[in-house]
Amino acid sequence: MTDSGFRLKGSVVTTILLEIQTFSLDDIVFHLKEKIDQVPHFFNQAPIIIDISKMKRGITIDEFDVLIQSVSALGLGVIGWRCDPEALPVWKALVKIPLLPASKARAITTSTAEKEEASPDVVVKTVVEERLVPQTTKVITKPIRSGQQVYAEGDLIILNQVSAGAEVLADGNIHVYGALRGRALAGVKGDVEARIFCRSMEAELVSIAGNFMLSDALRNIVWKDSAQVLLVDDSLEIVPL
Amino acid sequence: MAKIIVVTSGKGGVGKTTSSAAIGTGIALKGHKTVIIDFDVGLRNLDLIMGCERRVVYDFVNVINKEATLSQALIKDKRTKDLFILPASQTRDKDALTVEGVQAVLEELAKEFEYIICDSPAGIEKGAQMALYFADAAIVVTNPEVSSVRDSDRILGILQSKSRRAEEGREPIEEHLLLTRYHPGRVALGEMLSVSDVEDILAIPLLGVIPESEAVLKASNQGTPVILDTESEAGLAYMDAVDRLMGEERPLRFLEVQKKGFIKRLLGG
Repeated sequence: MTDSGFRLKGSVVTTILLEIQTFSLDDIVFHLKEKIDQVPHFFNQAPIIIDISKMKRGITIDEFDVLIQSVSALGLGVIGWRCDPEALPVWKALVKIPLLPASKARAITTSTAEKEEASPDVVVKTVVEERLVPQTTKVITKPIRSGQQVYAEGDLIILNQVSAGAEVLADGNIHVYGALRGRALAGVKGDVEARIFCRSMEAELVSIAGNFMLSDALRNIVWKDSAQVLLVDDSLEIVPL
Repeated sequence: MAKIIVVTSGKGGVGKTTSSAAIGTGIALKGHKTVIIDFDVGLRNLDLIMGCERRVVYDFVNVINKEATLSQALIKDKRTKDLFILPASQTRDKDALTVEGVQAVLEELAKEFEYIICDSPAGIEKGAQMALYFADAAIVVTNPEVSSVRDSDRILGILQSKSRRAEEGREPIEEHLLLTRYHPGRVALGEMLSVSDVEDILAIPLLGVIPESEAVLKASNQGTPVILDTESEAGLAYMDAVDRLMGEERPLRFLEVQKKGFIKRLLGG
């Protein structure tokens, strides 16, 4: 099956869409450069699509070529162009970059673009090509043993026990459906809304967004029973479930 | 295809080598061709427990380094048919063990033997990791006290993450809990963890409970695996464990405090 030495796979990339309304090369370059200078790191070698479907007046192949060159010169990578399928220019075959199908994606106008109202010639929009649903929830079925550490970027669901000496961390919530005997740290990136839920609270330490409590204190509140941990006004609350 | 069983614990002094010798002997007694390998390079003990220390000429490291053949290094047990021992080197350290070297030796042994028992050194470092890397099953030897249980938990994590089966994404290593040095009297007094406490913490199937017994020390000093002492509770408990390992059902015994009889009390037994 894989004798060919490669694999073809689908991939979704977030790109920037440059929607031209009126073609005025100097204006476009000037305003675009202004934007890039605000957040150079974000725009450096960023993939960009030039969209001419909103143009009231047509554009010539020469103008379009110059536009591509100018945008590339600003450090952006032009990966394709878009046009109203009803009004494709006659020179469409001469363009060296791919013609992409029109997007049905929801356009999210960035806050910097809103300030653009003063010069509506160029609108920079960040478009999420497809709704890429990141795998934010991690589900673990095996026990987390002493010395092991598990981290989830979103929620962490553990259908087994977390042993003493083990550590589970999540940017989001943590659910433990076995005994929680190790350390559990939810909202490690500062999410104060994150919570910890467990079937048997026997933890060495629980923490929400950096506010922690040790087992000595936990013993006096809920011990070996189901509980949730949440943050109320910067202090940890342990509530029986 | 040989079954590779690692006897491991994390913590030292819990009875890994005693258990390796007993279980290896027990399997061989059932007519399966068995070899016990001592992975504790530098601190070799298995040959003492098996009573063959004076017959060690070549060892595991010699075979890995191709300084000796496997048949030169293997020691045939004098008491039990179908049982062989591959001793560790006393003069080398764990760095002498390489993945390729160990794999080559295990593959050669697998052609001839049905069961390969790997007696792991204590700790979680290279020697222990090498002993468990190729395992199909693990016997985790644990004493009923918190530090031993904690270390066993740690080694269980390593079994599930750093073994070849884990790396290749194959079916995980089969885990067995062997509780040794169990003292029902001290459990009753609350000085020791009970069987259910340990089972609750480690959450793996129980292979057996070996009661604390003077017979174990006596057997070690004599260089006889304790399982051959059919008079002792420890020997019988090991035999039960071997039966369970072979898939038979055996009720747990020696878990209750034995009431001393009048005569025994009189004699101060």
